[in-house]
Amino acid sequence: MMTRRRGGISDQAAGALLLAALIIFVLGPLVCVMVWAFADVWRPPAFLPAEWGFKYWGLVLARADVRQALPVSLTISAIVTLLSAVVCLPAAYAFARLEFPGKRWLLLSFIAVNAFPRFPLYVSIAVFFLSSGLIGTYTAVVLVQLVFTLLFMIWIPAAAFRGVDPRMEEAARDVGASHLTVLLRITLPQAAPAIGAALLLTFVNTFYDVDGALLVGVPDVRTLPIIMLSLITGQIIVQYGAVLSVMLWVPSLVLLLFARRLFESRSFAAGFGA
Amino acid sequence: MTTLTLQNVTRKFGEAYAVNRLDLDVADGEFICLLGPSGCGKSTALRMIAGFETPDEGDILIAGASMLDVPPNRRATSMVFQSHALWSHMTVGGNIAFGLKLRRLPRSVVAEKVASALMLVGLSGLEKRYPAQLSGGQQQRVALARSLVLEPKILLLDEPFSSLDAHLRIRLRDELKAIQRRLGLTTIFVTHDQEEAMSLADRIVVMNRGAVEQVAAPGMIYERPATVFAAGFIGTMTILPARLEDGQLTAGAFKIPFSRQYSANEWTFALRPEDCELTAPSEYGTSPGVVDHVADLGSTRIATVMMEDAVAIKAQISRRQTIAKGDRVGLRVNRLLVYRDGRSPVETTFAAQAETQTPDKIIQRDVTA
Repeated sequence: MMTRRRGGISDQAAGALLLAALIIFVLGPLVCVMVWAFADVWRPPAFLPAEWGFKYWGLVLARADVRQALPVSLTISAIVTLLSAVVCLPAAYAFARLEFPGKRWLLLSFIAVNAFPRFPLYVSIAVFFLSSGLIGTYTAVVLVQLVFTLLFMIWIPAAAFRGVDPRMEEAARDVGASHLTVLLRITLPQAAPAIGAALLLTFVNTFYDVDGALLVGVPDVRTLPIIMLSLITGQIIVQYGAVLSVMLWVPSLVLLLFARRLFESRSFAAGFGA
Repeated sequence: MTTLTLQNVTRKFGEAYAVNRLDLDVADGEFICLLGPSGCGKSTALRMIAGFETPDEGDILIAGASMLDVPPNRRATSMVFQSHALWSHMTVGGNIAFGLKLRRLPRSVVAEKVASALMLVGLSGLEKRYPAQLSGGQQQRVALARSLVLEPKILLLDEPFSSLDAHLRIRLRDELKAIQRRLGLTTIFVTHDQEEAMSLADRIVVMNRGAVEQVAAPGMIYERPATVFAAGFIGTMTILPARLEDGQLTAGAFKIPFSRQYSANEWTFALRPEDCELTAPSEYGTSPGVVDHVADLGSTRIATVMMEDAVAIKAQISRRQTIAKGDRVGLRVNRLLVYRDGRSPVETTFAAQAETQTPDKIIQRDVTA
C-alpha cells in the first residue's frame, strides 16, 4: 500500500484521472443510450440532440411486434424462473446438506455448461429440437434457457443453505418444530436473500437472452431482445434500439438495488465462506 | 418427578468412542455438570439426551420412559446452545414465542408467557429488538428465556457462557443458579471450566475420553479425586509419578514410607498446595527446596518449590509469609493422595502434631528427602 503523503499532488491527480476514465468507460455508454432514447432529433456531429422528447417511446410502444413481444418475454422469463426454482432449490438443498457419490462432479458440471461457447451448444440443441418438432415453440425456448439458469439457481442457494447455522435448525427442532417446519420457518428465511438474488439473476438473464431464443424460437416465438436486434439490424433508427434498451434495463436496476442490500447482509457472506 | 437415567450409553464416531458406557442417574431438580476437556464426549452426551444424536448402545430414560424412539421435537428437554443459536430473522419476542406458537396456544397466553420469560431473565421490554442488536450476554439470556418459556422437564446447557467475558460469566452463572433453584429444574450443564462446575453443580460428572472418571459432589471431588485425571483437572494439584521400592514410595528424592500390601504397575502422588507448608530450611520434618517462582492469585499465593532431583511441588503460602524467588525453604507435606494405576487413591496424612490416628491412615512424622 502506498502511504498518502501531504502534497502528493501528482498521485492524487493520477488517481482522479483514473477514476474519471473509469466513470467514462462504465457510465459513458449508458449515458449515450439514455440520451439517444430521449432524442427526438439528433444529427450526430452536434454534441447534444436538437430536440428532446418522448416521440420514439410512442413510436416503439405503438409497434405491434413490440406489444406482442413484451408479454412473451415476461411470460417466458417468469416460467423459466419458476421452473428453475422448482427444479433447482431442492437440488441446492441436497447439495448443501446431503452427501452422495459424485456430488463434486455434478456441481462442477453446472459450470461446464457455462464455460463452453454457447453458440455451438445452441446449434446442436436446435438440431435436436428440429428433429423432434420442438423448434419454434415456447417449450423449446424455455428448455434452452432453463439449462443456463442451473448454475445460478443451484450454486447461490446451495451456498446460502450451507451458511445456515445447523444449530439454529436444531434449536427449532428442540422447541418442537418438525423437519418441514424447520425448513419453512428457519432454513428458507435464513437463505431468503440469496435465493431472492438467484431468482432475480435467473429472471434477468432469461429476459435478456438473444441467441438461445433466436436459434430455437424464431420465427414463431419472438422475445423483446429479438425485436430489438431486428430493429437495430434492419433499419438504422438508433432511437428504437435505445428506447428498448432503456426499457430492458429496468430489471437490471432492480437486481442491482437488491444485490446491494444482499451483499451487505452477513448471512450471504457466511454462506460463501462456509 | 422428572428423573433422567442414562444406562450404558455409548456413541461411536467411526472407530473412536465419543461416549463409552455412560451410566448416570439424575434426581428430580438436581443440577448436574458434565465436566471435561474438549473432545471428552460431554457435548455428545448432552446431544444424545436432547435427541440430536442417537446412542449406538444403551438407553436414555426420562421419568422412566425410554427416549430412543422419541425425536428431539417431542422430548421434554430444552437446550441452550453455546452459540446461542437465536433465529436472526425473528425478533426477541418472536424467538421466545416460536415454540409456544407451535403448541397452538392462544395469542394472549403466548404474549403473557413471553413477557414473564423476559422478566425472568431481566430483559423486559426488548421483545421488538432483533438478536443482532443485543450484546452477547443479552443474547444468551434470550436463548435461556426461549428454553425456559416452554417449561421443560429437563434443561440442557452446552457451555452457554463460554464466549462471554469473565465478569459476565459469573453474573449469568449466579442468575442461572437462582432461576434453576426457584423453578426446581432438573438441569444438565456441560462445561470445561472446573470453577463453573464447582460453583453450579450438585454433582459433577468428570469425563475423559468418552468415559466417566468420577461422579460426586464438588467438595468430594476436590477432597478425594477418584482418578489421577480428576485430580489434575479439578483445582491445582501437584502430580508426581512415583516408584515403590523397599517399602518406600519415591518420587525423585522425595520419599514416604508405604508398608501396605498393594500391587500396582504405576504409582502417583497427588498433592494439594494447601496441604504443603513452607518453613524455614532444615526445620524438623521437612524436605529442603528452593523457591522457583511465586504466583500471586490475590487471595492466596502459590509458590513452586524445586526439590532435589528436579521435582517441582506447588505450595500455598499466606500473604504474610515473606517468601520470594530463590529462597531456600523447608517443605512439609501434611496430606497427599497415592494412586495405584491412576485410580483407587489412598489418602495419606502426615500429622506432625498428630492427635488422632485411625487405622485407615498412615501417620508419618517426617518426610525425609
